[in-house]
Amino acid sequence: MHWLVEPGFWSNPVVGPALVLGAVVAAVSAAVGVVVVVRGQSFAGHALTDVAMAGGAGASLVGASPLLGFLLAGIVGGGSIEAAGAERVRDRDVATGVVLGAAAGLTALLLYFVSSSTSATGSTQSVLFGSVFTVSRSVVPLGVAVAAATLVTLFSVRRPLLLSSLSPELAAARGVRPRVMGLVFVVVLAASVALSALVIGAILSTALLVGPASAALRVSRGLVGATVGAIVAGVASVELGILASYDSFYWSAAHRSVPVSACVVGVVLVEVAAATVWSRWRRGRG
Amino acid sequence: MGCEPLPEGRRELVHVHDVEVTLGGRTVLRDVDFRIAEGEFVGLIGTNGSGKTTLLRAILGLQPTSGGEVVVAGREGRRGGPVGYVPQRVTFDHDVPVRVADFVALGVDGTRLGLARRGRGVRERVDEVLASLELGALAGRRIGALSGGEQQRVLMAHALASRPRLLLLDEPLANLDLPRVHETIAVLDRVRRSEGVAVLLSAHEIGPLVPVMDRVVYVAQGRVACGTTGEVVRPEVLSALYGHHVDVLNVHGRVVVVEGEPGDPGAHPEVVVR
Repeated sequence: MHWLVEPGFWSNPVVGPALVLGAVVAAVSAAVGVVVVVRGQSFAGHALTDVAMAGGAGASLVGASPLLGFLLAGIVGGGSIEAAGAERVRDRDVATGVVLGAAAGLTALLLYFVSSSTSATGSTQSVLFGSVFTVSRSVVPLGVAVAAATLVTLFSVRRPLLLSSLSPELAAARGVRPRVMGLVFVVVLAASVALSALVIGAILSTALLVGPASAALRVSRGLVGATVGAIVAGVASVELGILASYDSFYWSAAHRSVPVSACVVGVVLVEVAAATVWSRWRRGRG
Repeated sequence: MGCEPLPEGRRELVHVHDVEVTLGGRTVLRDVDFRIAEGEFVGLIGTNGSGKTTLLRAILGLQPTSGGEVVVAGREGRRGGPVGYVPQRVTFDHDVPVRVADFVALGVDGTRLGLARRGRGVRERVDEVLASLELGALAGRRIGALSGGEQQRVLMAHALASRPRLLLLDEPLANLDLPRVHETIAVLDRVRRSEGVAVLLSAHEIGPLVPVMDRVVYVAQGRVACGTTGEVVRPEVLSALYGHHVDVLNVHGRVVVVEGEPGDPGAHPEVVVR
């Protein structure tokens, strides 16, 4: 094991909280991601990362917790996408694009202010690319609480949400309100994006949202199996990413470690590629 | 145009009472008034664009009415009543990760919130409905991987799973070949008896439905005529409904309805009755 886990990994004070928070966040992202893929909302998920970035930049300007900034901005941005009330895919796409553009512009402005103020050095880096190693210990309980609330909400609405995702018409006929379901889900999505922005950065959080879910959906036939598979894949990619990032310091000649975010996304890409190859091979065999 | 009273001894389930529907400033249905009894099989017949789907959606509470009211099972029509619905067009992506049995189960508990697991009662009901629609073999397949005809049958199972008292089907026979049409009608007739559910089925061809229909609601020009086939499919009734001359011809034991002004070369057979 020594060659796999470099010395000091388990005793390092930063690693423990990172593994815990990383696992929790990965589980939420993966479970939410399955619904994102089923609803065809990957683009909205990505737009919310840009919105979250603006929130994170704003929070670091005023010295607030970045998680709260990510969360608040995500809920406002997601709410405006849903409030545009686009029933048709194309309209929803345009509404999402408009919100994304506005958020990216706001992010650029806020990060300009952040980078020109000396008190917030380094926060641009952490908003964009995040690092679970730099997350302060005090954020861990809040992060776990937000994650738990998000999962419980998602799990509680799963049936009406699935029905209105499959057919808004059938859901409405049964008395479910698809618009309300859409709004609830976008808040859940915003919370999940905020959590993963904290761990691997806003820019890369789409990978953690959609990657494990799409890998699991290629392998599993049912929704329960896909959700369990996505959670396993998501947690594995964050934990292996943290390990690889830690180890890379010892592996490289110059003793420069590879950022956690890049390692996590790397593992996610390997999972998606493996699932794709496996499902093609299985289909090829009939 | 109103409708004959209910068959004797039957209890009223649906009352569509003087309903008017306006879409984009155009009145598409007016003075629509008919009743459906418990367990009845009623055909909703009319050409494409005659307002059949709008009327079904009004009964479901999905389409606001500009006049009149719809009463289903004693309650003024609103969503979530004891009504199963099979829309004309629901397409699932082929890779939607939902199995047939799970989709049918959503017919029972798809409105339910909370953390509780799906109960055994729900799963037993799903098995029962799948068996009665001869879908047992498909239970574990993904819904998107099924053929159009199979998907439609699964939608029927979904609609029946919650034990509705009324089943609405929007053009379930369109795009089916003739053997499939007869098979689907036979299945529906059997299921409505075993489940004790009333059926209101829209179609643009009346012919294949005649053997099983208790009554027909005929839609044209935004109005309806209602009664048994023999009462409604007559030149004077349909002419009054269409507002111009309509012929009903007997050809080799089948009844052909010919709509159009006399001498109009574009006139074509609209509805065929065996």
